[in-house]
Amino acid sequence: MNNKIIIELRNIHKSFGELHVLKGIDLSVREGEVLAIIGPSGCGKSTLLRCINLLERPEQGQVIFDGKNLLEKGIDINHIRARLGIVFQSYNLFPHKNVLDNITLGLQEVLGMSREEAVALAKEQLARVGLADKLNAWPSQLSGGQQQRVAIARALAMTPRAILLDEVTSALDPETIGEVLAVMKALAKEGMTMIVVTHEMGFAREVADRVVFMDQGMILEEGPPERVFENPTHQRTRDFISKIL
Amino acid sequence: MFDDFLSITIKYLPRLMTGAVSTIKITAIGVSLGFGIGLAVGFVRAYRVPVADRILRTYIDIIRGTPLLVQVFFIFFGLPNFVGRPIPPLTAGIAAIAINSGAYFGEIIRGAVQSVHRGQIEAARSIGLSWFKAMRHVIWPQAFLMALPSLGNQFIISLKDTSLLAVISVEELTRNGQIIIAATFRAFQIWLLVAIIYLIMTGAAAYILGRMESRLSRYVYR
Ligand SMILES: Nc1ncnc2c1ncn2[C@@H]1O[C@H](COP(=O)(O)OP(=O)(O)OP(=O)(O)O)[C@@H](O)[C@H]1O
Ligand SMILES: [Mg+2]
Repeated sequence: MNNKIIIELRNIHKSFGELHVLKGIDLSVREGEVLAIIGPSGCGKSTLLRCINLLERPEQGQVIFDGKNLLEKGIDINHIRARLGIVFQSYNLFPHKNVLDNITLGLQEVLGMSREEAVALAKEQLARVGLADKLNAWPSQLSGGQQQRVAIARALAMTPRAILLDEVTSALDPETIGEVLAVMKALAKEGMTMIVVTHEMGFAREVADRVVFMDQGMILEEGPPERVFENPTHQRTRDFISKIL
Repeated sequence: MFDDFLSITIKYLPRLMTGAVSTIKITAIGVSLGFGIGLAVGFVRAYRVPVADRILRTYIDIIRGTPLLVQVFFIFFGLPNFVGRPIPPLTAGIAAIAINSGAYFGEIIRGAVQSVHRGQIEAARSIGLSWFKAMRHVIWPQAFLMALPSLGNQFIISLKDTSLLAVISVEELTRNGQIIIAATFRAFQIWLLVAIIYLIMTGAAAYILGRMESRLSRYVYR
């Protein structure tokens, strides 16, 4: 990890109608850092991640990625999104495309690669998540864990500067959670910048450089995993951690 | 009465076939235009584009709430009063088929687009695809597959609907049948032949659509 800040959120507010979901979030992430976000259901973790690549548009605040405020006019959000991978709980693979084409679509249509370049890179990324042999499979033929690894490969293929993972193991069978966590650990080791919303406290503890505890649309507490897990300063954090461990 | 069944058939079949070819042409052009209208209508309505959505809903209500025959009469006899010059029957007929099928295609496509899982557009946008590319490469192929049976159904309905254009003397299959009967008084035989030719056309369409469906849905059940 170096010291360069790659993602910075300043005073992010987001509402859905009357519901004020994010209430002034400040957060910065350094290059190569693994940040885990934990917190009770409905506290706004997914909304926060989705605000980072502007799948949701905050109505107040700044989202700074690589020195640029993404909320400013004239930003090419499509190219930013390509460099800011996100992986969802429900994988969201394209069911009408085989594994290979799930990955090449963005490479060809967003990054403008030739078919040959795209295929070569896609194969490389599939090997990285241990699915080199599933190139021609349909998503519907894969297990949940395999589909999620394809989704990770799809995000990685775009050579993102950072990747956002939203509870990527919560929809998986217990047997396949491990294979996805292993891929995430390997990525962390390679120095990938990651923001991970997770209920896997073991993973957060072992892999994260920093843990953020969110509650009711605010960041209540943050720090190194040992401190947040062993020695939380807030009662809310303590309650949450004792419930989940 | 049926002694020269065969000779009459041989004599008039070419004329019926000419009619059938023009039925196919009218259907192809009318339905293609209608499909284009339906695509625009379907996407605008699925994503509730303000104002346009209201206007298109009115269009759909009008088309679905009035008989096709009235629509044909309105375009052929009514509109000329308004534009100040006659509209050729073929043009009016194709326009009627296009405008009519467009409304139905629009509703089918809207439903199909809306039923594609929300996560699909998010996944597509999040790898950096523009809205248009996301529609083209991710949403539309899935919506199209879902809509295909209904689209095919509407195609066949529109093919049969072209027979109504006989009333404004478009020389398609039905009209040619009428003309032959006027000359031969062979109503039973000629209508039978006309019906068989329609059956062959709709049967072929259904067969091709079925093949397309099973080809495209190869990933669905595995
Ligand atoms: N598109 C939306 N429209 C309206 N309300 C929404 C929308 N997305 C999220 N919300 C609401 O915002 C709140 C925060 O949702 P969010 O999904 O960010 O929570 P979360 O922390 O990710 O929860 P979980 O752990 O259950 O995934 C919830 O009350 C949710 O119902
Ligand atoms: Mg969530």
